[in-house]
Amino acid sequence: METFLNVTLDLLQGFGTTLKLFGLTLVFSLPLGLIFSFFSMSKFKPLSAAMKLLIWVIRGTPLMLQIIVVFYGPGLIFGWNGLDRFPAVLIAFVLNYSCYFSEIYRGGIESIPKGQYEAGQVLGMTKTQIFFKIVLLQVIKRIIPPMSNEIITLVKDTSLARIIAVYEIIWSAQVYIKSAGLIWPLFYTGAFYLIFNGILTVVFRKIEKKLDYFKG
Amino acid sequence: MSVLEVRNIKKSFGKTEVLKDISFSLEKGEVLSIIGSSGSGKTTLLRCLNFLEYADEGTITVNGKLLYDGKDGKSKRMKEAEIRTKRLHFGLVFQNFNLFPQYNVLKNIMLAPTLLNHGDEKAIEENAKKLIERVGLSDKINNYPCELSGGQQQRVAIARALALNPDILCFDEPTSALDPELTGEVLKVIKSLKTGDSTMIVVTHEMGFAREVSDKIIFMADGIIEEFGTPEEIFGNPKSEKMKAFLSRSLENI
Ligand SMILES: Nc1ncnc2c1ncn2[C@@H]1O[C@H](COP(=O)(O)OP(=O)(O)O)[C@@H](O)[C@H]1O
Ligand SMILES: [Mg+2]
Repeated sequence: METFLNVTLDLLQGFGTTLKLFGLTLVFSLPLGLIFSFFSMSKFKPLSAAMKLLIWVIRGTPLMLQIIVVFYGPGLIFGWNGLDRFPAVLIAFVLNYSCYFSEIYRGGIESIPKGQYEAGQVLGMTKTQIFFKIVLLQVIKRIIPPMSNEIITLVKDTSLARIIAVYEIIWSAQVYIKSAGLIWPLFYTGAFYLIFNGILTVVFRKIEKKLDYFKG
Repeated sequence: MSVLEVRNIKKSFGKTEVLKDISFSLEKGEVLSIIGSSGSGKTTLLRCLNFLEYADEGTITVNGKLLYDGKDGKSKRMKEAEIRTKRLHFGLVFQNFNLFPQYNVLKNIMLAPTLLNHGDEKAIEENAKKLIERVGLSDKINNYPCELSGGQQQRVAIARALALNPDILCFDEPTSALDPELTGEVLKVIKSLKTGDSTMIVVTHEMGFAREVSDKIIFMADGIIEEFGTPEEIFGNPKSEKMKAFLSRSLENI
């Protein structure tokens, strides 16, 4: 019983790191992804080409590899001191998820009928007003399903951080294999993921319901 | 002085010449109908007036003020802010309404005047309510577009365009996307606007409506004004072969 409690507390601590990585990744990559999507739709060809290249590279390689490159790359290539473990992982995650989110945003923005922009234009609105007052909420409504999928994947992807020894929840559980020969704490981590993703699913469904009042 | 004077408008998309040489003028309070078969350039003409497209050549003058001159190429480089003020001389009602789905009827009408700072919130709301009453939708003021019929949506779109008080209100086939039984209510609203001093350009396939409401009619064919005149002249005594053929085709469809 005592071990169970200890394990739970240990795992909770690891899960704290998991949540921190999850939350910070979202905070940075949700807006950055929107900016990336503007870049990739830019009429300035060099910018959109560069953005599309970055998205292609990031989506075409494993996140695990990207974490390793961000952590070890600066030292190996430039002889720099490099980053601490957590910031390195965070940068890799933000970069990776911004690219995925940007593609979702782009799909959402491009699916809004041209007539919505034109209606705003003939009513004398500025481009910014048209985007924020007319288009954005319609985009959000359309992208909630793919976004929730991606965000739930993010929860599970945080476990990749342990490749450079960031003590997230799976790492905390693995410690028990080495130190006490216990494997069940590792299985137990699954409950944490399940419960958290359950909460997220409910939240997303709530948001979807909230936007149900209009069609478009 | 004419409210609107359009001179020698030309517009091509790539190699296709869509508007070849369009000139006409309009007096205050007049209703102009534009008829013609699909592909003749009617929508493109309205879009040029509203600066959704830029004419390659020609001038657009409103109330004696030159708004656009395609020839000197300068107008095409108009700053965005400049285009926006010039656009406000015109209003445009689209074939498929293009209401903002996330806002209710009142908010759809109030949005632009609010964003453009056309008076304080209260005055804007009052004016919006008046317009809603004018298009006969006072009982739908809090409804969302998805809860309205096509005809009701188009009436909201008309009120939305009127809220900015344009000098010239353009309609692009306002009833073409509607079920036949709903066209009447929209045409009735457009007709009711004629009593005011609003100047209107209506692209339409409703010949009866055009005949009854218009002061002038333009028949367009292949990017030119094939025939121009009063309803009596156009319908009673069509001159060109194209016009005659078009009329007999439209009559067949009724
Ligand atoms: N953005 C565009 N690019 C290329 N061609 C266009 C464009 N808009 C219209 N056209 C062409 O111009 C012609 C006239 O179109 P339109 O003005 O819509 O005619 P109407 O409204 O009389 O049916 C058509 O042949 C159409 O294909
Ligand atoms: Mg058309």
